[in-house]
Amino acid sequence: MNGPDASASEPDLEVAGLHVLYGGIAAVKGVSFSVARGEIVALIGANGAGKTSVLKALVGLVPAARGSVRLFGRDATGIPTHRRTALGATLVPEGRAIFAGMTVRENLELGAFLKRDPVTLGQRLERVLALVPRLGERLAQAGGTLSGGEQQMLAIGRALMGEPRLLLLDEPSLGLAPKLVAQIFGSIVEIAKTGLTILLVEQNTRLALETAHRAHVLVTGEIVLSGRCSELRDDPRIKAAYLGEAL
Amino acid sequence: MSEFFQQIINGLSLGSIYALIALGYTMVYGILKLINFAHGEVFMMGAYSGYYLASWLGVERYQAAGRGFPLGLALVVLVLAMAASALLGVLIEALAYRPVRSAPRLTPLITAIGVSLFLQNAAMLLFTPNPRAYPPILRELRFAAGGVIVTNIKLAIFVVALALMVGLHLFVQRTWTGRAMRALSMNIDAARLMGIDVNATIRATFAIGSALAAAGGILFGLDQITINPLMGVLTGLKAFVAAVLGGIGNIPGAVVGGLLIGLAEQLTAGYLSPDYRDAITFLILVVILVLKPEGLLGVVRQEKV
Ligand SMILES: Nc1ncnc2c1ncn2[C@@H]1O[C@H](COP(=O)(O)OP(=O)(O)OP(=O)(O)O)[C@@H](O)[C@H]1O
Ligand SMILES: [Mg+2]
Repeated sequence: MNGPDASASEPDLEVAGLHVLYGGIAAVKGVSFSVARGEIVALIGANGAGKTSVLKALVGLVPAARGSVRLFGRDATGIPTHRRTALGATLVPEGRAIFAGMTVRENLELGAFLKRDPVTLGQRLERVLALVPRLGERLAQAGGTLSGGEQQMLAIGRALMGEPRLLLLDEPSLGLAPKLVAQIFGSIVEIAKTGLTILLVEQNTRLALETAHRAHVLVTGEIVLSGRCSELRDDPRIKAAYLGEAL
Repeated sequence: MSEFFQQIINGLSLGSIYALIALGYTMVYGILKLINFAHGEVFMMGAYSGYYLASWLGVERYQAAGRGFPLGLALVVLVLAMAASALLGVLIEALAYRPVRSAPRLTPLITAIGVSLFLQNAAMLLFTPNPRAYPPILRELRFAAGGVIVTNIKLAIFVVALALMVGLHLFVQRTWTGRAMRALSMNIDAARLMGIDVNATIRATFAIGSALAAAGGILFGLDQITINPLMGVLTGLKAFVAAVLGGIGNIPGAVVGGLLIGLAEQLTAGYLSPDYRDAITFLILVVILVLKPEGLLGVVRQEKV
């Protein structure tokens, strides 16, 4: 695993005092953290803790009621989602967010919507297919007919087609068999080696702590604990609450 | 038998006009889940812009001189009227629909009805409520073959409509904007994450749908001889039924639905009674809503737009 790039003057992602409201009810209450270039940071927490809401606010799918989001050193707080994608930040959303009626190839090509130069598009397709297993032989199949795991692979591959600099992953292991989870996390580690910055949301705390450099623990919309994963793995509070180990 | 073929030809010609209009309903519905009730008025405005463009380009002079309007100029009329209506569609979207896009679904629907009424009344003020004879953009020629009379106008309607529909199909399947439109109709948030500008894509959808409706308006004027400010009401409704019949949100469905409604209307008029030509459309609507509410080509998770 490559370590974070300390030479970068500003972090790729910097969140300060982020609040997200749904009809007046706060789901995220003043979250602040940053992710440096090349770093893998995990956001962990129970169901309903606000993890997805944080990610959605980072890419502009829900508005930030308060606080700021900086991407690659620029203020991105109010700008629309497609422009954040253009800056280089994209989200692989929770669940099946693929274009079900389109083929696997069309899905992947849409990931390159902003980088559609036909020459490099073909090369990128090959590179992504090498990185994300099992999609190559299914290019002509409708996205909606893929298995859950294959759809997850497709969603990740599609995001990579846009050559993001910051990848946000929302529960890539959700609903997948352990073998597939291992495969997907293997891919994530591979992808990180290519210099990508990754913010990973994951319910599988053990896996998240093994994959990431640092982690933040979210409880009802607030960060209650942060640290290096190597330390958090041994933290008794984490062990009790998230790793299912008795104190 | 020859009368039957006559009805089929007339039905396909009328149906292809319905299909052109139905495409606009279905594309907008596919993306916004909005029934754009003002679409019939865009069709009407398209017919009027064709009317004024033709007289601006001197169609009366050609007529007075006993010469046909040059085909090149007829195409200019078509293209400019389509462009003007595209602009109208984009304006309607920006001024009326965008501000209420995230409101509860009833709000945009009522807005659409309001836009529709506004445009009807604006047209009555601007153009007077009186019907107008449509200028002879194409001079009628008749061909008789085996007892069937085909006019060049019916043929031109069918050919122009077909060409536009093939063009739309290629656009939606092959261009990046077309792909963006399909992506939007399947998963709007995922489309945003791909870097697709949702507002720009919705704008393009309204522009294209409105341009097709304008082409329908000009062809309708040629076919039906007169136009009036309320012509969009009934024809718009029939085209909407065509979109529902084919499966709303589904592009090939709109074409199939349009042709079927045109055929049903013409055959009813020919074999039952002209009095029932409008009623048959609504009978079809009731039957489809009861038997197959998703429409002929609409299936669950069917690719939309
Ligand atoms: N669109 C919405 N409208 C209203 N409330 C919402 C909406 N989306 C999320 N919430 C609420 O906000 C809180 C945080 O939800 P969020 O989806 O961010 O949690 P999460 O940590 O991702 O949970 P999970 O692990 O189950 O995915 C929850 O209480 C949820 O019910
Ligand atoms: Mg979540």
